[in-house]
Amino acid sequence: MGNYRDDPALVAGLVQDDQVHRDVYIDQEIFDLEMERLWSRTWIYVGHASQAPRPGDYITAGVATLPVIMVRHTDGALKVLMNRCAHKGTRVVTDAAGSVGRAFRCPYHSWAYRTDGTLIGTPLPRGYDGTRLHECSAAKGLAPVAATAEYRGFVFARLSASGPSFQDYFGESLSSIDNMADRSPEGELEIAGGCLRYMHNCNWKMFIENLNDTMHPMVVHESSAGTAKRLWEGKPATEPKPMAIEQFVPFVSDYKFFDDMGVRVFANGHSYTGVNFSIHSHYSAIPGYEEMMKRAYGEERAKKILGTARHNTVYYPSLTIKGAIQSIRVARPLAPDRTLIESWTFRLKGAPPELLQRTLMYTRLINSPMSVVGHDDLYSYRSIQEGLRCTGNDWVSLHRDFRPEEIGAADLTANGTSEISMRNQFRAWARYMAAAPGSAA
Amino acid sequence: MSARPSREEIVDFVYREARLLDEKRFDEWYELFTDDAYYWVPSTPGQADGLNHVSLMYEDKLLLKLRVERLKNPKSYSQHPESRPHHVLQRPEIESEDAAGREWVTRTPFVYLETRGDDQQVYGGVAFHTLVLVDGRLRIRLKRINLVNCDAALPSVQMFL
Repeated sequence: MGNYRDDPALVAGLVQDDQVHRDVYIDQEIFDLEMERLWSRTWIYVGHASQAPRPGDYITAGVATLPVIMVRHTDGALKVLMNRCAHKGTRVVTDAAGSVGRAFRCPYHSWAYRTDGTLIGTPLPRGYDGTRLHECSAAKGLAPVAATAEYRGFVFARLSASGPSFQDYFGESLSSIDNMADRSPEGELEIAGGCLRYMHNCNWKMFIENLNDTMHPMVVHESSAGTAKRLWEGKPATEPKPMAIEQFVPFVSDYKFFDDMGVRVFANGHSYTGVNFSIHSHYSAIPGYEEMMKRAYGEERAKKILGTARHNTVYYPSLTIKGAIQSIRVARPLAPDRTLIESWTFRLKGAPPELLQRTLMYTRLINSPMSVVGHDDLYSYRSIQEGLRCTGNDWVSLHRDFRPEEIGAADLTANGTSEISMRNQFRAWARYMAAAPGSAA
Repeated sequence: MSARPSREEIVDFVYREARLLDEKRFDEWYELFTDDAYYWVPSTPGQADGLNHVSLMYEDKLLLKLRVERLKNPKSYSQHPESRPHHVLQRPEIESEDAAGREWVTRTPFVYLETRGDDQQVYGGVAFHTLVLVDGRLRIRLKRINLVNCDAALPSVQMFL
């Protein structure tokens, strides 16, 4: 297609009410604009507060392809800083996580920074006497991102100075994070058990759209979950189902199951499936856990928390969570056809250790690069990435269950097999992407 | 063999396991494992715990069976075209033998290729086999594969390392 950067109308034309142009997935310029306009002006997941519990603790992450540091400052606040030495641009830290005490020191010329990014000093400072250093950006230290917000320990960053407030952006969709954290008898989550990193050679939106895609599991996961179902079919009802079977089999539930579960969409592209129930609704009880929850919350509230078993919640554009199994995945786009997916898991503080073990089994089975569920999903995405190069049909259909009244609805629940979640994502996408250069969305 | 296996028989067993995988004789390969066996690909170097820390794979025999059965299914779409595995092993060393002479741990550095269509991936690492005698035959109680890039961002790895 043409030059998108200077033509907001051309960008807007890529998204219709019920279909989108293939360039949104394959065009390099569109990808670059996504990073500048969508991923910079919205709230992007960086990490969890539990990953940097003490002053000086840090993790590194990629936000809209930019290397950032999330660090606990000496005053206890979490800062998100550009991982870029103010001198010549070195990454100040290159480990995935660590602890620096009170100061970062660049490994190239040893410029030193406090954990809020401010410049402490340089070696041989007299060399800068009489120069402009202190009036230039070099003296400002590590650039903080424009805005950060933390919710139940989930740390988000907004790169651009202009954009919606955190609460305005996410609104009621934050209830999914609440449900996950409330599943801890102490109401607190802690990242635990490590990370799985799965390189996806496809556009980030294919992964995101698949999360609330309920028309694919019975097809794509027939070979994996269907095999699990058949392996267990002959067993007597009295034999306890292995956890792996419990986790696999619901993936091949029928169309009615996925339709009845419902999907809910929010303004700004967020959504979740499993409004009424989900594939996580019928896991075996873990001894002691329900009693702990009743003691912590009272019987009624505990029942409500545990009875809310949503499927995937999408925090557009970067994050998806599964509260019912305490696992999240983070999309880190790298190129139009390359996305790193990080899978992280949580310990529910105060809960029996078997819950984390169950969570880790789930993430191994579903999120690992060696997952038989993942293999068939990624196969589909890669296949699309290549298929969309074809001419003769420039449009990706998102027509399923389209209703004109859905346009402009800020909070809407629909039947689970609707493609409304994808249309909802693209409405947010178009708003940010088609904004004229220099304006806020 | 009903007597204690020789060093050569133990080494040959490890080579044969790799050959069964490369020839995709997965049903025969599956029978090499004890009923309580685990197949483990840690996700961090020196990982001590497969229960409380994530792994790339940490699978019991039921899950291995699932994979083997799935590979027979024409609806395993990610296998169109099929993946082909190829192991190149350094000669296995017997790391240890238990006092009763009934359990052995072998250490085998390897290079592993997995190819699918035009895409060929290369992996390397060290495989540890814990072998026991069951009814006079060697069986695998634990296969642990320490990939040298275990914590890298990996693409789909579809066959058995």
